Amino acid sequence: MIPRPKPERFRLRRTMMFMNVQKPGLIKDAYIYGADTIMLDLEDAVAENQKDSARFSLYHALKTIDYGDTEVLVRINGLETPHWQEDIRVSVAAGVDGVRISKCESADDVRLIEQHIAAAEKEFGVEEGHTLIMAALESAKGVVNAYEICCASDRMFGIALSGGDFRKDMHVKVTTSGIDIQAARGNMLLAARAAGVQCFDTNFADINDQEGFEHEARQAHDMGFDGKSIINPRQIRFVNELFSPTDADVAYAEKLIRSYADQFDKGVGVYTVDGKMVDIAFIKEARNTLKYAKACGKYSGDLDQVGGDF
Amino acid sequence: MQKEGLVFLIACAMSTLHKGLVRTSHKQEGSGVMQASISTTAMAGTLESSDAQVTVEPHSAGIELSIESSVMNQYGRAIESCTRETLERLGIQNAKVTVVDRGALDCTLQARIETAVLRSEGAAESNVDWGGCIR
Repeated sequence: MIPRPKPERFRLRRTMMFMNVQKPGLIKDAYIYGADTIMLDLEDAVAENQKDSARFSLYHALKTIDYGDTEVLVRINGLETPHWQEDIRVSVAAGVDGVRISKCESADDVRLIEQHIAAAEKEFGVEEGHTLIMAALESAKGVVNAYEICCASDRMFGIALSGGDFRKDMHVKVTTSGIDIQAARGNMLLAARAAGVQCFDTNFADINDQEGFEHEARQAHDMGFDGKSIINPRQIRFVNELFSPTDADVAYAEKLIRSYADQFDKGVGVYTVDGKMVDIAFIKEARNTLKYAKACGKYSGDLDQVGGDF
Repeated sequence: MQKEGLVFLIACAMSTLHKGLVRTSHKQEGSGVMQASISTTAMAGTLESSDAQVTVEPHSAGIELSIESSVMNQYGRAIESCTRETLERLGIQNAKVTVVDRGALDCTLQARIETAVLRSEGAAESNVDWGGCIR
């Protein structure tokens, strides 16, 4: 029995690495890949007649392998299958950090899953509220209902776009420009921010197209996603780096905060730094950058604590 | 019959007797799905590297184990004891168990044995006793 840290609703999730629970050779070493989150998959990676077997693998993997600080989530089967209830039982019994709802389409879906999670927590002596929830939106209906899904539970930490199934629903193909999923991404980001939860971009399926992958990841970062789904360990380092503040970002943020402290004493509210306008909004942003940089291990000062009253 | 074979059979019979005495209380507190004997053949696992393929078949008396492993010399005994412990935890006293090991960790071997046994009982899909006889 490996003791795990208590799941945190809001934490670094730059990379979510999908792992097939039925492949013992891969999951025993999963933590060395350096992803922020490991997603143990009971859904699409597992053949229909092996769903039962995968649960036993999952249970024992979680009870014997030490994943350290890496978050461990489980992708359970969709509500239209006969599997999701037992998936929840085994996940909660094994002590996972959270559950990913597949093909989520409404707040009712979330509430139903939450009911079963709560029942399982009681059945297996897990602290109530321990198990977090995230929702994968894979259809037009799901994307349209993004805001209500984000608000449906206190356990909800974020939503993710599942490109493969979404594109089928929309009758589109993968494009290099990303316009095929643009509406979905935009809608989901707005919903997630309005609800105060995280948002994750879809996985990039062509593992041999490094250029296409990097382009899609950069787009996701520019649009404001918190992280991206990963299906190949080779994709991890690039995305972790991309979604971390650079040294230049950190230096600039420090400069802004120091300047603010100085100007505030003189009673000035807006001024310029390096020729750019700076006011209180930028200072808040700078503080967030430093907090985030700290989580990424790129900042160890204390300027992220400065100026308590904003 | 060779001496070792006779000793082995006696040991099996004695362990079966012992388990028989313990068996009743087990069955009452469990989930009610566990049987002491395998009634249908069932299999779990694959022959891929780091996995183990486990087959359970009906057997009249005691546990008959057959283990094949590329690391038989180093891990043969560990594989056997893990298998026996898992079967005991599941309350299985009568079974023919074949393990083809491809370098599986204990946790993997355990998972495959449990899957095979529960599949043979038709009890692998729902209401599994996680944390109870599966631990």
